[in-house]
Amino acid sequence: MLTAIIDYGSGNLHSAEKAFQRMAGEVNAGQVVVTSDPDVIAGADRIVLPGDGAFPACRAELFDHKGIFQAMEDAVVRRAHPFLGICVGMQLMASWGREYVDTPGLGWIKGDVVEIKPSDPKLKVPHMGWNNLVFDGDHPVLSGLVEGCHAYFVHSYHYRVEDPADLLAHVDYGGKLTAIITRENMIGMQFHPEKSQMTGLRMIANFLSWAP
Amino acid sequence: MLKTRIIPCLDVAEGRVVKGVNFVDLIDAGDPVESARAYDKAGADEICFLDIKATHENRGTMFDVARRTAEQCYVPLTIGGGVRSAQDVRDLLLAGADKVSFNSAAVANPDVIAEAANQFGSQCIVVAIDAKSVSEGKWEIFTHGGRRETGIDAVEFARTVVGKGAGEILLTSMDRDGTRAGFNIPLTRAISDSVSVPVIASGGVGTLDHLVEGVTLGGASAVLAASIFHFGDYTIREAKEYMAAAGIPMRLE
Repeated sequence: MLTAIIDYGSGNLHSAEKAFQRMAGEVNAGQVVVTSDPDVIAGADRIVLPGDGAFPACRAELFDHKGIFQAMEDAVVRRAHPFLGICVGMQLMASWGREYVDTPGLGWIKGDVVEIKPSDPKLKVPHMGWNNLVFDGDHPVLSGLVEGCHAYFVHSYHYRVEDPADLLAHVDYGGKLTAIITRENMIGMQFHPEKSQMTGLRMIANFLSWAP
Repeated sequence: MLKTRIIPCLDVAEGRVVKGVNFVDLIDAGDPVESARAYDKAGADEICFLDIKATHENRGTMFDVARRTAEQCYVPLTIGGGVRSAQDVRDLLLAGADKVSFNSAAVANPDVIAEAANQFGSQCIVVAIDAKSVSEGKWEIFTHGGRRETGIDAVEFARTVVGKGAGEILLTSMDRDGTRAGFNIPLTRAISDSVSVPVIASGGVGTLDHLVEGVTLGGASAVLAASIFHFGDYTIREAKEYMAAAGIPMRLE
């Protein structure tokens, strides 16, 4: 069993690598590697796409790295391997990113990534810190977690799904902000599970054991 | 609902904690990683390392500290001290920092914030502002550990760096730092009301009421403290429960 965390030049992957390796050890999920090698991605059983920074820059990076996107799409879309997108890695699954300029996303789960505009103007943006999750559905990745558990967020844009059935969890911040989305073999988390202490580690373990 | 954060801050020099951390169960209180682990376990919402002797030669030890901390702690880590360029940000992020804090370099050249924010995103760019009161309702920026006067208005400067892309302000009152007399509330309120991004209040915490005031009166999104936690006056848990009892939304799990 191999989990590939895709390195396409976006952000700090060290903590993600360590968190996934630790939980893979606990649930016997095999190896975890950080890689930008399309052959490794193509041969992986599970794929994790992280991402920090702006949507257009991350998308450009993903497509600039020769063969990464094709290998990822082949594994996730054609062969239905479990996929987890984190933060901007999740946002890239959208139809469109509306940060700075309109940028097409991968279109895996229909929706737009739009600016956070809290109804209360006193609320700060970025939405930064720990917020409690409200579950909108049931899913193996939430196994062992109770509603109200906290995850660590840091973002100024969020994913608005077209089909409410794709929304698995949200948080409240002067309105609803999307926290987890899922469809078939794909999951996206807006927060950082690798930075969300036991709640995040539990979700990582659940993802590593998930057999969609 | 978003929770107010408590951030213990560790001063590090040459890879060791200065102003020691006094926890009973720490094997090596001088080791930043051991201290960070203890705070992670205690429920800290983030951890901050300040490299107070950030010379070029000492950079390597800080990278090592960041790397080892990221391997063992599952909370966000901010690193500041001696950060001068977008390249410094990249190096610290790759070593394991989640956020990087600019100080003097942002005063010397606010455009470095724009450059770093454009490359890595506002979410990881913090600007640390050290401000001193110069007259009633007026504060100015001081650099070089509070020794050098700049004549720059603190509120104006906060607006400038947020305009350049800073995602968070770490505000320290130089008048209060180390006094245990409480945050400078008018300063905290003035900055918090002037910018759209979160403000971390710092400098002067001596009691748990001070933490509460930083949020309720100062409008801070997070509170940073060092000695009250390091010396074991209060645990993170006690601080959180106290703040929660005062009506502030806290993460208690």
